[in-house]
Amino acid sequence: MLRMVSLLAGAGVASLVATPALAERGTDGVVNILSWQAPSIMNPYLSGGEKDTDAASLVLEPLASYDENGELFPRLAAEIPTVENGGVAKDLKSITWKLKPGLKWSDGTTVTAKDVVFTANYCMDPKGGCAALARFQGVDKVEALDDLTVKVTFKELTVVPYTLFVAMWSPIIQAKQFADCLGTKAPTCTEANFYPVGTGPFVVANFKPNDAVQLKANPNYRDPNKPAFAGVNFKGGGDALGAARAVLQTSEYDYAGMLQVAPDVLSKMEKGGKGKLLSVFGTNVETLFMNLTDPSASLPPEERSTDKHPHPILSDVRVRQALSMALDRARLSEIGYGSMGKPTCDFVPAPPIFAAGNTECLKQDIPGAVKLLDEAGWKPGPDGIREKDSKKLKLTFVTTTNATRNQFQAIIKQWWHEIGVDVELRSLDASVFFSSDPSSPDTYQKFYADVQMWTNYSDAPDPGEYVATYTCNKAPLPDKQWQGSNVPRYCDTNYDALVKELGKTAAIEKRAEIVKKLNTILSDSYAIMPLVWRSSVSATSKTLGGYVGSGDSRFWNAQDWYRRK
Amino acid sequence: MLNYAIRRLLMAVPTLFLISLMIFSLLKLAPGDPLSQLPLTIPPEVREKMRAALGVDEPLIVQYLLWLKQFFVIEPLRGFDILFGTHLSDGMQRIISWQTRGPVFSMIAERLPQTLLVVGLAYIVGVLIAVPIGIVSAYKQYSVFDQIGTFLSMLGLAVPPFFSGVLAILIFAVYLDWLPTIYNTNLIVNSWSNFTEQFLQMAMPVMVLAVQTIASISRYLRSSMLDNLEQDYVRTARAKGMGENVVVFIHVLRNSMIPVVTVITLGLPSVFGGAIVTEQIFRVNGIGQLLITAIYANDVPTVQTLAFIFAVLIVVFNLIADLLYGVLDPRIRYD
Repeated sequence: MLRMVSLLAGAGVASLVATPALAERGTDGVVNILSWQAPSIMNPYLSGGEKDTDAASLVLEPLASYDENGELFPRLAAEIPTVENGGVAKDLKSITWKLKPGLKWSDGTTVTAKDVVFTANYCMDPKGGCAALARFQGVDKVEALDDLTVKVTFKELTVVPYTLFVAMWSPIIQAKQFADCLGTKAPTCTEANFYPVGTGPFVVANFKPNDAVQLKANPNYRDPNKPAFAGVNFKGGGDALGAARAVLQTSEYDYAGMLQVAPDVLSKMEKGGKGKLLSVFGTNVETLFMNLTDPSASLPPEERSTDKHPHPILSDVRVRQALSMALDRARLSEIGYGSMGKPTCDFVPAPPIFAAGNTECLKQDIPGAVKLLDEAGWKPGPDGIREKDSKKLKLTFVTTTNATRNQFQAIIKQWWHEIGVDVELRSLDASVFFSSDPSSPDTYQKFYADVQMWTNYSDAPDPGEYVATYTCNKAPLPDKQWQGSNVPRYCDTNYDALVKELGKTAAIEKRAEIVKKLNTILSDSYAIMPLVWRSSVSATSKTLGGYVGSGDSRFWNAQDWYRRK
Repeated sequence: MLNYAIRRLLMAVPTLFLISLMIFSLLKLAPGDPLSQLPLTIPPEVREKMRAALGVDEPLIVQYLLWLKQFFVIEPLRGFDILFGTHLSDGMQRIISWQTRGPVFSMIAERLPQTLLVVGLAYIVGVLIAVPIGIVSAYKQYSVFDQIGTFLSMLGLAVPPFFSGVLAILIFAVYLDWLPTIYNTNLIVNSWSNFTEQFLQMAMPVMVLAVQTIASISRYLRSSMLDNLEQDYVRTARAKGMGENVVVFIHVLRNSMIPVVTVITLGLPSVFGGAIVTEQIFRVNGIGQLLITAIYANDVPTVQTLAFIFAVLIVVFNLIADLLYGVLDPRIRYD
């Protein structure tokens, strides 16, 4: 998964000195953005894919966004509501947002609290297929107290109320434009979905799905001097390598993102001096997932890969630990990602306040691993492969088809072979592997294998939701159509209790402490093995000024970009 | 001939119907999910609702019949409306892409111009260059020209566009800095400077695609010419004292073109189908790129519609090739 969630203090954010010249709106010409995955729709509520939400963030704005340090700042809101300023109720059951006065839509009409309420109704319509619905779950009602005030009441105590109307996944849409697009009519409103009226720095002028988007400066943007660019030329198609080339080698474009290209190729291109690379570390961690349940094909389908049968090999924590000890994470990171990755033992690597910073796993220890396997009763057989009760220590290892991942598979197979573990490698197309089709035997959730490797991440700076993905009740089961985020089928009552406690804790220091504990419990279980903390890599031309990579969208500060002279 | 054409067209109806059913069932049997590209952070309950909103969970027969109705009733009505300014199709559900939630036919209409321009021009350029090469190669068999031509066309057939395209980019864009690597589909040609820009951005994709056409067509023509040059009627023509120009261009070329015209006609549907690899490399984003992105995204309505249109084109151009054969060679009669 090539996703990034860059909400964090940007380790690696290059020196981007914010010295915008005293520019006027539209004086700097056109900025050229290249995204090899082109946007296919400009309404984030009907997509949820980052290629679309990023592009839409140039046009549509939420009440508040995250900046490059992962901190909330008001966009359409006058200020961030907190318990201190009375915006969040003392019982943590409601939040009241106040809009900035005098805000205008790009068509010149006034933004009111009714638009915010409409946005909630639009997404919460059960027939609409809204991608951001999870952000609206737990909401009891959204009401407009006056033209500029919106109150959101939750059904239960909500310690982090900044979900709906916050960040690029949940912007405010215009009630007038989408009035006839509720429920089943949502997908039929092509005009509104391609040309949404927004409050952001740019307006869509021409939308060609999956090809090109032309945007022009919003004449009604709230800062009369911004944006400095008169327009955006947003082009898609091709591949990541070609996108990097267009910025770093031929300088036809100013920006290209999601450059999942071999690190040495990129740094060679950068040496040309026409542009520079930017690595933003979000929460993406390339991870090994161990199946704690038995995936063997001899079991009936309603019991295969469920907690009815523990895994014959991997349910022993000593085996899992040995497998982890045999890995040299630093080497993997260097080979696969270069400066674009860091070895890690934490599945919550950021933001810094939540990161446990464990390092024990980083040292490879083959003799230690051998010893552990011996203790667990797995003795080397005649062919070097370990056996116990005449059962071979053999694992099936699946990942998606991708050069880096398949290279990782080969290296890991080699290391595991050294400690006497036989590994069978498989790789599947990402669209098959990440499918939620319950009839397909190859999905990551069904987990008809012993080990999987993919990237997991959190989409909010607060990892509350993210750590809750590994509670017992989230294990995929056949009667839940194999849906569930707890892919390793990990189940620990201590972990569940701590997650519950986290749901009731509001103080950030306390939350951080609990998250670190959860991180360590899960890491010590070796049910998941974090390998590499991956960054999202983009390239900018020498003449694009003011670009800051991290923030909730890659284009979160497009209003501040300018042309370097 | 007319009877034959009508009979063939009628026979095409069940064929195409079967093809549409096969495309639909193959797409449905293939693993994959239109939501697999969405972030993992979207929880399963929400995904279920999104799937339901797309209509993925409807019974297969309902989905197929709906598509048939949309393709054969609503879309033609819509086309009629646009041509004559009527409002027959208002309020009817057109074929909607799962990826963009926009009508599939608008996307095709948006992308057809660049595909026809780039792939079509490459085909024309390719044929225009291939014909003289084929003639000279055959007439001067085993000469230096023929040897070089043979070598180059083997190279052209053997080197795939994903290699020649990137090579061209490296030479003409990175080192020489002459040509752009990215095709601007929003460019409107209304002045000489725009025209130059359009010419420059088309140069590389047209070149890469034309090389392949040149290679195959020139080989066909060469061997067909060689067959005919040995024939008795050529000797007779020469014996009657006709000039070499008349012998080669009137007698031999006309007869040699019969199989070549068939090959050219059968290749025409691929002009409409776009060139997947070349379009991706130069970001021409035409029909080929539309198809491949739709396949990756499991956008069944788009893939189904495109695949079916290709099937229709192939059936139609097969018929045209057969009819042309009769026109070029009066010995062939279809009645």
